[in-house]
Amino acid sequence: MADTSELHGVGIGRGLTFGPVLRMPEPLPEPLDIPSGLGSDVEKEHATAALASTAALIRLRGERAGGTAKDVLEAQAFMAEDPTLSDDIIARIDTGKTAERAVFEAFANFRDLLLGMGGYMSERATDLDDVSQRVVAQLRGVPVPGVPDPDYRFVLFARDLAPADTALLDLDKVIALVTSDGGPTSHTAILAREKSIVAIVGAAGAMGTPDDSVVIVDAAAGLVTVSPSKEQLEAVAAEIEQRAAQVPVPVGPGALADGTPVPLLANLGSAEGAAEAVELGAEGVGLFRTEFLFLDSTKAPTVEEQQKHYTKLLAAFPGKKVVVRALDAGADKPLSFLNAAAEENPALGLRGLRALRANEQILRDQLQALANAAAVTEAEVWVMAPMVSTVEETRYFTRVAREAGLQTAGVMVEVPSSALLADRILADADFASIGTNDLTQYTLAADRLLGSVAAFQDPWHPAVLRLIGEVGRAGHTLGKPVGVCGEAAADPLLAVVLVGLGVTSLSMSPAALAGVRAELTRFTLAQAQEFAVIALAANGANEARAAVLAAASPSNTNPKEKVE
Amino acid sequence: MPEQTVRVASAHGLHARPASLFTQAVGKAGIAVQLAKGGKTVNAASILGVISLGIDHNDEVTITAEEGDGAEALLAELTGILTTDHDAS
Repeated sequence: MADTSELHGVGIGRGLTFGPVLRMPEPLPEPLDIPSGLGSDVEKEHATAALASTAALIRLRGERAGGTAKDVLEAQAFMAEDPTLSDDIIARIDTGKTAERAVFEAFANFRDLLLGMGGYMSERATDLDDVSQRVVAQLRGVPVPGVPDPDYRFVLFARDLAPADTALLDLDKVIALVTSDGGPTSHTAILAREKSIVAIVGAAGAMGTPDDSVVIVDAAAGLVTVSPSKEQLEAVAAEIEQRAAQVPVPVGPGALADGTPVPLLANLGSAEGAAEAVELGAEGVGLFRTEFLFLDSTKAPTVEEQQKHYTKLLAAFPGKKVVVRALDAGADKPLSFLNAAAEENPALGLRGLRALRANEQILRDQLQALANAAAVTEAEVWVMAPMVSTVEETRYFTRVAREAGLQTAGVMVEVPSSALLADRILADADFASIGTNDLTQYTLAADRLLGSVAAFQDPWHPAVLRLIGEVGRAGHTLGKPVGVCGEAAADPLLAVVLVGLGVTSLSMSPAALAGVRAELTRFTLAQAQEFAVIALAANGANEARAAVLAAASPSNTNPKEKVE
Repeated sequence: MPEQTVRVASAHGLHARPASLFTQAVGKAGIAVQLAKGGKTVNAASILGVISLGIDHNDEVTITAEEGDGAEALLAELTGILTTDHDAS
């Protein structure tokens, strides 16, 4: 038996599990452009057979996956069977290329075509890449890249997961995720929170772990134990059993151990998720993203079209708060009609409110549609502007929103300048909502979409927490609500720290509500404030997390005694 | 050969979902169909071919089916798909 070793990373949530490791295969290298040694007839036969069997395999996976994944996979199967594509492959083989190379080139050609079309079509380009890799793997007789699909449950080790991989994860089989790259706001981390998967991200050296080694994954400690001893495994099994036996915190309003209410709200991207959010105990919506109404579109939808959708959403939350964010285009989600010029640094460019202001009619139409929908429903509608960086922008937005007939207008605090001047901004805005993902990106000057700097992208960083504290203090002084709607709010222990920093409500993907609700009940407001002080005193994100984790461990705290 | 020229009704043109409805209908019928827009012609059973035409709302396209049993009925069905607004929900 191999020696026991440890890997350290950032745990997502507090899950604990163990199982055998399977690593995600590396992507295939590009097939060489060398002349075929087999002759074109044989190459064509190989290509045709590989395309057909890939389509059949994809379809089989689709049948097994069901739901939306089935539709995605069905579309991929059609791509593998596409006559235009196979004609192109045959034509390339006729010029003397190998089947592998011809497949690679033909797919790449269509991928570039789709990318050139922009918007929704360019997102399908990843699907083409995925199918291409599968066909080439088939031709080479090597394992298909992508998530392994054995007939037993396993812990998936990967460098990082792409959205296309995560969409197809079989959650009955993948009991935990461990990535060597990526930080707490990586796609893997977001997915793990959404689906409540035990996960540790950024565990350096993870890909050196051989397949089928047994590992213990302890997200609360951010620790992977490779080849644990029999005693360690038994202890973990007992701990898992004990946790399962604990009575879950009933669904209800969020509150600390001392009864301090902390409303728990849902982040939603369309009206479809509303029912699920209510079921999971969301007390309203803390962030309603409106981008989907505009994506896949060459022009902004009409006031009537928007109004219809907003009405549907608001009707699901009678008497409850619904915070709608005005269109947030630019940087990672450009829209052709809003972001015309190519920018060298889109994250620092004409995005968020800046882009809306440059296209004021789009903003006014959206606010009008929202005001109309608010008038015919019972929800308490709040509206906020994305990426506000000055007091002047705050005044502009709140004025336009009020002109449209919306009573409660606020801003998102995602830029350090807004956090630092929160006292001035909140003098005008009715509320602030902190977007921790962007706030972290701008504070640490680290592109959140860039894997090589993902380690910087950690909202536990004391610099980020200090800025959040500024906003919390301003809100407290002025009696204005301060929410958090970034990934930070979905991290149970960090959520407690945020409350300690003066945050008054937390908004997250609905699946994260239960974990945060349970964590809040463990501590009093005084303890949350104490944790905030501990985190602020740290020198870095990992240090802050470790210090608060130690202070919050059951051996150091007992809320009942502390109350006295 | 049976031929029909129509204007595309879907608000966002013939993108992924309407395009796949269209190509699947062609595939099921087993009749060779061409789709043309602005002088460019593609195999109508090919989703990549159809997408590559970049068909937008209100674009005029021509469908041509191979002569034979069911060709007229297929043309009528395809015309129906193209003149329905699949983006209206």
